[in-house]
Amino acid sequence: MTSSITTGVVNNVQNTDTTGGRRRRNPLGMLGHAVRSLLRGPALAAFAVPQLLLLVAASVAASLMGLAVGALLVPPTILAVRGLAGLRRRLAARWAGVEIRDPYQPLPETAPGLQGAWKRCQALLSDQATWRDLLWLLVDPVIGLTVALFPLLVVGYGVLGLVLPQVWQSISDHGGNTWYLWIHVTDSAAAGTAALFGVPVMLAGLALAPAALRGHTRLAKALLGPTARAEALAAERKVAHLTETRRDALTTQAAELRRIERDLHDGAQARLVAMGMNLGVAERLVERDPEAAKQLLAETRQASASALNELRDLVRGIHPPVLADRGLADAVRALGMDSPLNVTVSAELPGRPEAPVESAVYFAVSEALTNAAKHSGASHVDVQLWYENGTLKAQVTDDGTGGADPSRGTGLRGLERRLATFDGVLAVRSPLGGPTTLTMELPCELYSRRTSSS
Amino acid sequence: MRVVLAEDLFLLRDGLVRMLQAYDFEVVAAVDTGPDLLQALLTERPDVAVVDVRLPPTFTDEGLQAALEARRQIPGLPVLVLSQYVEQLYAKELLADGSGAIGYLLKDRVFDPDEFVATVHRVAAGGTALDPQVIAMLVNNTGRSGPLERLTPREREVLELMAEGRSNGAIAERMVITERAVKKHTANIFLKLDLPPSEEDHRRVLAVLAFLQVAP
Repeated sequence: MTSSITTGVVNNVQNTDTTGGRRRRNPLGMLGHAVRSLLRGPALAAFAVPQLLLLVAASVAASLMGLAVGALLVPPTILAVRGLAGLRRRLAARWAGVEIRDPYQPLPETAPGLQGAWKRCQALLSDQATWRDLLWLLVDPVIGLTVALFPLLVVGYGVLGLVLPQVWQSISDHGGNTWYLWIHVTDSAAAGTAALFGVPVMLAGLALAPAALRGHTRLAKALLGPTARAEALAAERKVAHLTETRRDALTTQAAELRRIERDLHDGAQARLVAMGMNLGVAERLVERDPEAAKQLLAETRQASASALNELRDLVRGIHPPVLADRGLADAVRALGMDSPLNVTVSAELPGRPEAPVESAVYFAVSEALTNAAKHSGASHVDVQLWYENGTLKAQVTDDGTGGADPSRGTGLRGLERRLATFDGVLAVRSPLGGPTTLTMELPCELYSRRTSSS
Repeated sequence: MRVVLAEDLFLLRDGLVRMLQAYDFEVVAAVDTGPDLLQALLTERPDVAVVDVRLPPTFTDEGLQAALEARRQIPGLPVLVLSQYVEQLYAKELLADGSGAIGYLLKDRVFDPDEFVATVHRVAAGGTALDPQVIAMLVNNTGRSGPLERLTPREREVLELMAEGRSNGAIAERMVITERAVKKHTANIFLKLDLPPSEEDHRRVLAVLAFLQVAP
C-alpha cells in the first residue's frame, strides 16, 4: 500500500510538471525548479500561524463543550480547520502535483438552530478525519515547519560563509559562534577557507529544496488524505449503496413485470379469448340467425378495438414509441403537449444516452409533470434538458404554490429511486409559495445516433 | 384513383391492398421500407399515399420522414399516415407546411372500411383528417390560452369535427343541427381566428392549424 502511494507521488510529480523531463536535463530549468521549491518553503512554513491560532480556538471551543455555547463554536472552528487543510491539499496538487482526496464523511442534513448545531457537532466529532486534521495542526507547525524551512536555512548558512571574511571579526568580538562547518574561524585565512565552502553549501541547500517540498507534501498526504481504513470504509459504503439500488431496481422491475402480466392477462388476452368464442358462435349462427350473427360480429370488432387500445396504453407505459423513434428531447416535447399545463421545453443534447438511462429520465420528467399538474396548482412548467461534464441534467420548474416535500410524497421518493439506480440524484427546491424546481442529474455518456429532425 | 401504399407487415399490407382495390383504387405501388416509399412517391406521383409511420430499416419514424421529404419535393402531395400510436408532435409536423392534404389516423380506423375509404378520398381532395384521439388529446389540454378561448363551446365542437376532416353536411348530421347552422358556426370560427378570406378548403386547413396551435 505504502509503496504504491510513494510511486504514485513520484509519478504525479513527473506528470504534472509538463516540462519536467526537459527541466531535468536543462541546468537552467533545474535551477528554476530548485529556486521555486526553495521559495515555497516559507509559504508552507507560514501555515504555522493560522494552524496555531486554530489549535487555540479548537481547545477553547472544546473546553466550552460542557456549556451549550461550545456546541455552537465547535462546528465553525472545525470547518475553518477544514478550510485550511483544503488549502494545503490544493497547494499539494498545484505545487507538487500530488492529489490528496478529501477524507471527510458526508455531513448529515440538519435543521438550523441549537439542536441542528448539536447534531452537526456530533457528526463532525465522530468523523475520524476531524481528529487527524487536529493532529496535523499539532504536528505540521513543528515537523512541517522544520522541513519547509530547512533548505532556506542551509542556503542562508552558505551566504554566511561567503560574507565571513567581512564579518568574522565582529562576530568573534561579540562572543558569537566562531565555528563554520568544521573550521574554527579565528583569523582571516580561516575565514577565507570558510568562504570557499559558502557556494557548495548554498548549492546543497538549493538541491535539498525540491526533496524537502516532496517530503512536506508526503507528510500532508499522510495526515490529510484518507487512511487506508477510511478508503476501505468508503468502498464498503459504495458497495452497500450499489447493493441497495440494485435491489430496488430488481424489485421495481419485478413489480413492473407483474403489472404487465396482469394487464395482459385481464385485458388483451381475455378479450382475444372472448373474440374467439364469439366468432365460433357467429359461425354456427350465420345460417340459422343471420341477424344475431351480425350482432356478434359487430361486438367482436368492438372487442378487438378495445384490445388494441389496452395494448397501446400498456406499450406506452413500457417504452413510449416516440422515445424509441425520436429520443429524449422530442419525447419530452410530446409529454409537454400531452400535459394539461402549458409546458415549454428547451433541450440541448448533443447525442442520445443509452436506452435505459433515456427511459429513466423520460419517466422521471413524466412523473414530475404529472406531480405539477396534480398538486402544484401551476399553470406553466418549464423543462430544460442539457448535458455538461459527463452529466445529463433535467430541470423541471413550475409556477405553482410550492411546498413539495420528498420525505412525504411517495411520488418524489419513487422518482429518486428511479434515478438512484443509475447513480443519479434528485434535488428538490420548493419553498412555500413556490416556485418548485426539480433538478435531476445522471452521470452518463452520450452517443450520436439518428436524432430528431427538428 | 392511384395510390401508393407503405406498410411493412405483410398481412396488413395485403389486407389494405385488397380493401383499396375493392373500393376501386388503383394500387400503383405497395412497398415495405422508407427508402422504397420515397422512391415510389417521387416516381409515381400518386393521387394519394397511405403510409405506416414505423418502417424498416430503422423501425423508427421512417415512414413519416419519407412522407415529409416527398412533400418537400412535391408540395401538397396528399398523404394519409397510419400508426399504432398517435402523437400531437407528429400531427403538428405533418400539418406545419400549411398546405393540407394530410391525414393522420390510428391503424384501428381500418376496421370501418367505409369510413376509412371516405377519409382517403377527403385527404386526396386536399382536406385534413386527424384521428379523434389526437383531437381528444388537444381538447383535454384546457387551460391553454390563445385565440381558441374566444370560441363558444358549440364552435369548438364544430372545429373539432372539422379537424377530423368532416364536411359541413357530416358535421350537421353528427351535431343534429342544420347545415346552415354549421355554416354560420364555421364563418364565426374563421372570423374569430382572424383567418383571411380565401377558398373554403384552405380556410378549413388554417382553422385546423390554429386548433393545433401551429403557425403555418
